[in-house]
This record gives sequence, C-alpha cells and structure tokens, in this order.
Amino acid sequence: MTATGTYRPEPGAAPLLRMIRAQAALETRMLLRNGEQLLLTVVIPSLVLVLFSSVNIVDTGDTGVPGNAGSSVDFLAPGVLALAVLSTAFTGQAIATGFERRYGVLKRLAVSPLPRWALMAAKTCAVLVTEILQIVLLTAIAFALGWSPQGDPLAVVLLLVLGTAAFSGLGLLMAGTLKAEATLAAANLVFLLLLVGGGVIVSLDKFPGAVRGVLELLPIAALSGGLRDVLQDGAGMPWRDLAILAVWSVLGLGAAARFFRWE
Amino acid sequence: MRLPGSSEGVREGARTGRGQGFVPALPPTAPSAVRRLPDMREEPAVDVVGLVKRYGSKTAVDGLDLSVGRGTVSAVLGPNGAGKTTTVETCEGYRRPDAGTVRIFGLDPVADAAALRPRVGVMLQSGGVYSGARAEEMLRHTATLHAHPLDVAALIERLGLGSCGRTTYRRLSGGQQQRLALAMAVVGRPELVFLDEPTAGLDPQARRATWDLVRDLRRDGVTVVLTTHYMDEAEQLADHVAIIDGGKVIAQGTPEELCRGGAENTLRFSGRPALDLASLLKALPVDSTAAELTPGGYRVTGKVNPQMLATVTSWCAQNGVMPDRISVERHTLEDVFLELTGKELRA
Repeated sequence: MTATGTYRPEPGAAPLLRMIRAQAALETRMLLRNGEQLLLTVVIPSLVLVLFSSVNIVDTGDTGVPGNAGSSVDFLAPGVLALAVLSTAFTGQAIATGFERRYGVLKRLAVSPLPRWALMAAKTCAVLVTEILQIVLLTAIAFALGWSPQGDPLAVVLLLVLGTAAFSGLGLLMAGTLKAEATLAAANLVFLLLLVGGGVIVSLDKFPGAVRGVLELLPIAALSGGLRDVLQDGAGMPWRDLAILAVWSVLGLGAAARFFRWE
Repeated sequence: MRLPGSSEGVREGARTGRGQGFVPALPPTAPSAVRRLPDMREEPAVDVVGLVKRYGSKTAVDGLDLSVGRGTVSAVLGPNGAGKTTTVETCEGYRRPDAGTVRIFGLDPVADAAALRPRVGVMLQSGGVYSGARAEEMLRHTATLHAHPLDVAALIERLGLGSCGRTTYRRLSGGQQQRLALAMAVVGRPELVFLDEPTAGLDPQARRATWDLVRDLRRDGVTVVLTTHYMDEAEQLADHVAIIDGGKVIAQGTPEELCRGGAENTLRFSGRPALDLASLLKALPVDSTAAELTPGGYRVTGKVNPQMLATVTSWCAQNGVMPDRISVERHTLEDVFLELTGKELRA
C-alpha cells in the first residue's frame, strides 16, 4: 500500500506557541461558524441596540430635549457592550465548552500534546478575538445612531477585560459541571435574566431599593454600570465596579479550576 | 528486564532507539529517592500489573495483567463490559488505578503524561471532534500539534476521507467519523497507538482499509493495542491476543496458541449407518473420540491434523465406505472466545 517507513515513529510536540495559535484559530472558527452562537453574540446585541435606540419602548432616560437626541444610544451602547461580553465569554463559551465536553473533544485534546492550560489560553484568545469583532461592529452601529462616548478608554478596557474574566470563569464552571443540555438551557436563561435584570437595557433605578442592592452586585450590573458611568457620564476610574468584577473573576475561575470535569 | 520491587540500580537513561532523549541520564549513584529509571531497551511498550479499577461499588477491572512488546500488534478481546475500555483508558492516562501499576514505555501515564502524550496516539471509541469541524480541517489541526506529522493529504486519500469535503463532523457517516478518529490517532507519528474498537460499525471495505493501515503501522515499527469484539480481526491482525472477561485476562497468547489450547477439534463425515467405530478408535491417538450422532452421521474429535485425516479415510477405504460430506472443524478464536466467556447474551 504505502512505502515502507511512511509510518516510522517520529513523535514530538509542536512548539507551544504554534499549538496555542492553531488551537485559538480553530476555536474562533468553530465559534464564528455556529449559527446559534452568531445569533447570540452578534444579532441579539445589534438588534437590542438598534431597536431600543430608535423605538422608545424602554426608558433610556432620553429627556427628549432638543440637542440631546443621542441620549438613548448613549444609555444603551454601554449596556450592549456589556451584553456582548456576557454573550461571548459566558453564554457562548459555556454552551460550546459543554458540548465539547459531551462529545469527547476535551477528552481527546487531553491526550494531544497541547497542555490543558494552553487549551484554556487558546479558548481565552478565541473569546477575546470574538469580543473585538463584536465591539468593532457594535461601536460602528452606535456611532451611526449618534453615540457620543465620554471617559477614559483605559477604564473601559479594564472593565471589559475583568468582565470577560468573571464571565469566563462562571461559564466554564457551568460547562464543566452540568450536562451539556442543562448548560444550554441554563446559560440561555441566565442570559435572558441578566439582559433584563442586569442594567443592560433597564436601569437598575427601576427596581425597589432592596432588590437593587442585590442586583448591583451581579457581574453584569457592575460591567454595564461601570461602562455607563464612564462612557455616558465621563466618570473616573470605576473602582467599585472593577472590584466587584475582580471578586467574581477570582470566585468563578477558582471554582471552575476546582470543579471542572473534563469528561 | 525489569523486576518489580528489585533494588536494581539506576540505569543509563539515554535512549538508543528513536532519538527521544527525554529521560535524563543519571549517575549510577543517584540517591534512592529518585524514581528508578526504566531500562529503555527492554521495557515493554505497555506493562500492566495487577490493575484494579472500581467505579463506586462496581469493579470494572479486577487484577488485570497485560504486557505488550514493542513493535507488536495486540488485541484485547472481550464481551461488552469486560473492562476493555477501562483498561485502555487507564493506559492512556485518563484514570488512576485503584491498585496495581500501569507503565507505558516504563513511564507513569498520569505523572509522566506530558512526556508520553506526543509518543502515544489515541483513537477513542467515539467522538473527540468539534461537531462543526470538517474532517480535513480537524486532521490538519491535529497534525499541527505535532512536530513531525504524517502527510495529511496522503492520509486523507488513504482512508477515503477525501469525499467528506466541507461536510462538518456531525453530518459525517459513522464510518467516516471512525476513520477520521483513526487518522487523528496516527497523524502525529506516535510510537504506540491505542485503538478502541477501530472497526466497530465499519463496512467491509473500510474495515479492510483499517486492517491494512494497522499492518503498515506494525511493519514500520509502531506498537498497536486495539480492542475489538471481532474474533476475525484479532486473528487477522494480532501477534498477541488477550481475552478479558469480568475485568481479568482469562486467556492470552498468539491466536494459534489460543485456538490450539481450546477444546478439541472435530471431523465429521457421513456414510453407511452402524459402522464399527471401535476399530477406528484403535487406529486413532488415545484421546480421540468417535460417535455416530445420527444414523450414518459420524463425528470424530481429537487433534485434527493431516495424519488424523489420513487415518480416518484409510479406515473408510478398508470398510468400503465413501465418506460423504467429510469436513474438518478446527476451532476458531470465536469458538475459544465463546467457550471461555459463555454463550449467553449479556446486558
């Protein structure tokens, strides 16, 4: 059949960086190729932004004062950026990883030369690349709708990165402990609940004081609130929100590392 | 030779074989706390001693011993639930033994996983591929994780995966999924491959293609361990067969040894009823039997070989009997297997 020596053993792992780059590229392709994922990460945030900016259904604090026409989008854009991070780092990653676990992808990768930490690094790269694409798209839409962002870009980047860490930890915790179907259902439910109750499109001021006190501690509320304080109101470094996200990151990633089951 | 528990000193660790110098050479006076290094020349590829693996109250593997020489093909044969997959997955480093030891090239599959992973190719019983990935894409990716992979295009061609095109994994046929998993196991040019039921559910052509690949792997010096339900597969491919049941090896050896060691073989013929079998028995070796099962239907058991056949036919000639429908039934591995593991279907 084939020439003698074709299969002569010559084992060896590829250089680490090459492995991580290839794995990140593959993970990103899998994410972008999946229709349901695109619905979640691209279509829904874009729709929320366009729809609620142009139609006055939710109270965006638009005073209707002439010369202040952009205030709807100024309120919504930070929330939608938070939603984008939630959709990719949490919901999308949880569902994808849950099914990879279910279909033995993680099991097979565990015996490949790619170390586990490198797989997680590649997954993080794929999430970040997807988020950058989302942010570019959503920012372009927001500008087209008359968005005028304020504030310190560094604060925005810090919030997005810590938000990604917090949601990744929680998403991986869910994917690594629940069955794939349960993850699918729960991740979508959480997405919907946080969309409504996390200050994304509905200001937390609408909730009674006691409830609001609890909701404000959610990572989504810290992310959307922090982004809104900076981008809409030009506030300084949002230390409180950053601290909340940091605590969630430590708890989520720590619990994921502790409880994640690979099979 | 490695004697378990012996105080044999640390040997020179540098490999002479395939240039994998990952085992550091230690001076012979290394302190005894250092893990004893194996003799890389004589260490078997797989060495399982007294393996026990329990899941809750259920014992999946119960004191199993298995040794696989380098460059050989070994088949682990057994009914469903015999412990085949658990054994193989312990060798692959997925599970820790509850008792006993497992060594792959003298290394611990869990503790030394990083060193072993590039050297060992794994084909899982199912799955292992992103549901949205295409066959070639996944194989190329797997190749990228290795330093000196096989030619991906040639492997795709050889396993007939070229027709998969842009179809994603979840839409491939079961046979295509199996062949992709096989390709992924060998693409990194491993020294040892574990194939868990590599031909389950394959059509005859794909099965032949898999067998041919296993033979070529062996020819080129790759050690192959496969599990199977198919006796003919074990008979065709394996240098060594281990039949396991209830988590233990209940018989092992070459396929020939196993067939010979089983129950006796049989010769049947038909002729005139009520022949005098006593005179035939006198001509046959002592432990033979002869019986008329139905009028004119005879069965002779014993060591079936050309000599025995000649004895029977010349006895027929002396008695003026034409032995119609003469047939020999030598035991196949399947007979041995059923004899050892029982004929009842199991849950």
